[in-house]
Amino acid sequence: MSGQAPQAHDPHAPGPHDPDARGHFGPYGGRFMPEALIGALDELSAEYDKARLDPEFTGEFTRLLREYAGRPSLLTEAPRFAEHAGGARVFLKREDLNHTGSHKINNVLGQALLTKRMGKRRVIAETGAGQHGVATATACALMGLDCVVYMGEVDTERQALNVARMKLLGAEVIPVKSGSRTLKDAINEALRDWVTNVDTTHYLLGTAAGGHPFPVMVRNFHKVIGAEARAQYLEQTGRLPDVVTACVGGGSNAIGIFHGFIDDADVRLVGIEPGGKGIESGEHGATLGEGSPGMLHGALSYLLQDEDGQTTEAYSISAGLDYPGVGPEHAWLKDTARAEYRSATDDEAMHAFRLLSRTEGIIPAIESAHALAGALKLGQELGPEGHILVNLSGRGDKDMDTAAKYFGFYEES
Amino acid sequence: MGRLDPVFARTREEGRGALIGYLPAGFPTVDGSVELLRGMVEAGCDLVEVGVPYSDPVMDGPTIQAAADRALRSGFRLRDLFTVVEAVSSAGGQAVVMTYWNPVHRYGVDAFARDLAAAGGLGLITPDLIPDEADDWLTASEAHDLDRIFLVAPSSSEERIALTTAASSGFVYATAVMGVTGARDAVGGLAPGLVERTRAHTTLPIGVGLGVRSGEQAAEVVSFADAVIVGSAFVARAEAGVESVRELTAELAAGVRKAPSPIG
Ligand SMILES: Cc1ncc(COP(=O)(O)O)c(C=O)c1O
Repeated sequence: MSGQAPQAHDPHAPGPHDPDARGHFGPYGGRFMPEALIGALDELSAEYDKARLDPEFTGEFTRLLREYAGRPSLLTEAPRFAEHAGGARVFLKREDLNHTGSHKINNVLGQALLTKRMGKRRVIAETGAGQHGVATATACALMGLDCVVYMGEVDTERQALNVARMKLLGAEVIPVKSGSRTLKDAINEALRDWVTNVDTTHYLLGTAAGGHPFPVMVRNFHKVIGAEARAQYLEQTGRLPDVVTACVGGGSNAIGIFHGFIDDADVRLVGIEPGGKGIESGEHGATLGEGSPGMLHGALSYLLQDEDGQTTEAYSISAGLDYPGVGPEHAWLKDTARAEYRSATDDEAMHAFRLLSRTEGIIPAIESAHALAGALKLGQELGPEGHILVNLSGRGDKDMDTAAKYFGFYEES
Repeated sequence: MGRLDPVFARTREEGRGALIGYLPAGFPTVDGSVELLRGMVEAGCDLVEVGVPYSDPVMDGPTIQAAADRALRSGFRLRDLFTVVEAVSSAGGQAVVMTYWNPVHRYGVDAFARDLAAAGGLGLITPDLIPDEADDWLTASEAHDLDRIFLVAPSSSEERIALTTAASSGFVYATAVMGVTGARDAVGGLAPGLVERTRAHTTLPIGVGLGVRSGEQAAEVVSFADAVIVGSAFVARAEAGVESVRELTAELAAGVRKAPSPIG
């Protein structure tokens, strides 16, 4: 609430896991950006550095999370699902229950508040699955900001429902026809818009990637996930989980939940990347598992690239994970072995997607189903004594068309 | 001493601005790009910028994006860049390379600098590398005697202009508009102010690019800058063949000879 001093565990307070002043996590991160945008990044950094220490800002953010987004989100045990996970206990952090249906709203509310603080009136965003676009359009409606969302043409087709939601909320949706016509190219196009309109426009990036200060700022807006989950886990079980797992697209939901446990050395942090049609097929989005260090969209991190440093196309059944890059802090967590990264294929994710629906009555986003698939394997490895916390980053309504096609529901009727 | 100093010494002596023309290597093919770039040199470009086609060119508008895409689809590999630079240099041209940073990072910064220098290239223009992140490149450019052309923009603060010009050699690239590459009808109104602000920090020559496509615009630019940089307009002409590219070069070359250069 406004007027309160930041607490010691304040998710916004600077701390030992922050990058250096120029945004480096170990060797990763930084700013590999055109000079024309450096002024805007400096302005954003300065404003964010002030806001994160300003109880008025953090109080208003917390109020919106509670009164608008519906936080805290629940922690739900999934016992019938867990029977398929080697009998380990499985708990779900229910980001699917947030307003707009995913974790994305946390970051969006924070950045939209900052946009107003900076006196900018126009917001642009990229979106893959459409969840970030919907969340951004929602916050812009709430705060009276103009909103333009760039979305790969391929994704406008597989996520048509979310396109309609964004339009209803008053956003302009621009289909991107260049390159792979997915998330990567939507970001390229948003960056081109930003460099042209930077005086009036804030680029509300939807994941913990990009040039400094985006990775640290987006992470901090999502830290609430891990902070809540840790307290809830202790309260409901009297202990901490053995493993915390989350899907990794750009890495925002994962970094948010990981940070609740980052100083708990005994808690393993496991990110699940999209294995697509199988790593061997070459059609996947396993950036940390299969990529190598390189720059994309403003930061040095892991990257799917060819021998010449050309970004290669990612593939996943899930639009929100279909991205050849990843946030720089994950690269550092991987290199320092604080986190592990594995992958789940389309088929494994779709199996988990249906399993959770049928055992718990919860339809997850296909993105989140990757984390569930990871949990099924981790449970087998841990056995009945194991405790697993899964970040259920979003709900699956948007994925009904993909699921109906995958499972052949349309043919049955 | 910068590798490009003789180029600007000559244009200053002749009392005019320099004409710098851009074309991506490998567009439309590797051999095709060599022919076009040689045509540009012969018809009056004082310096050519050989572009590296890249999968994610965030500073480029549709014209150059499409050209890069076409080069990559017709099989351009990074090693072809050195072939193209070598062919331009051996025909008497002066060449620098314009590249997004990841291909250089991937190749190895020192190895890239070494191979570029061996091919006769004189320096690098780096649209998404700022001096703050360029330690490797500062070292490699010293080791292989290459010029470092960083960019300044209308949004750059005085502090950033100071930092950027201090790290640059050869010339400084001033982007005339806030935006991506692409031919425009008018020279950006922000360019003269940016050049003036930049001059307060450096004696290096200043080139202005983004949006120029006619002799008239070229003349206007060199009335306040040391060089005019033309990209998308050449790419658009390339479709029509080398004669059309030569024609544009000749028009621009006449343009830079119309107005007296501020320094010359
Ligand atoms: C529900 C859901 N989970 C996860 C992601 C992946 O993003 P990130 O890795 O940034 O959490 C998305 C992206 O659209 C999403 O919609």
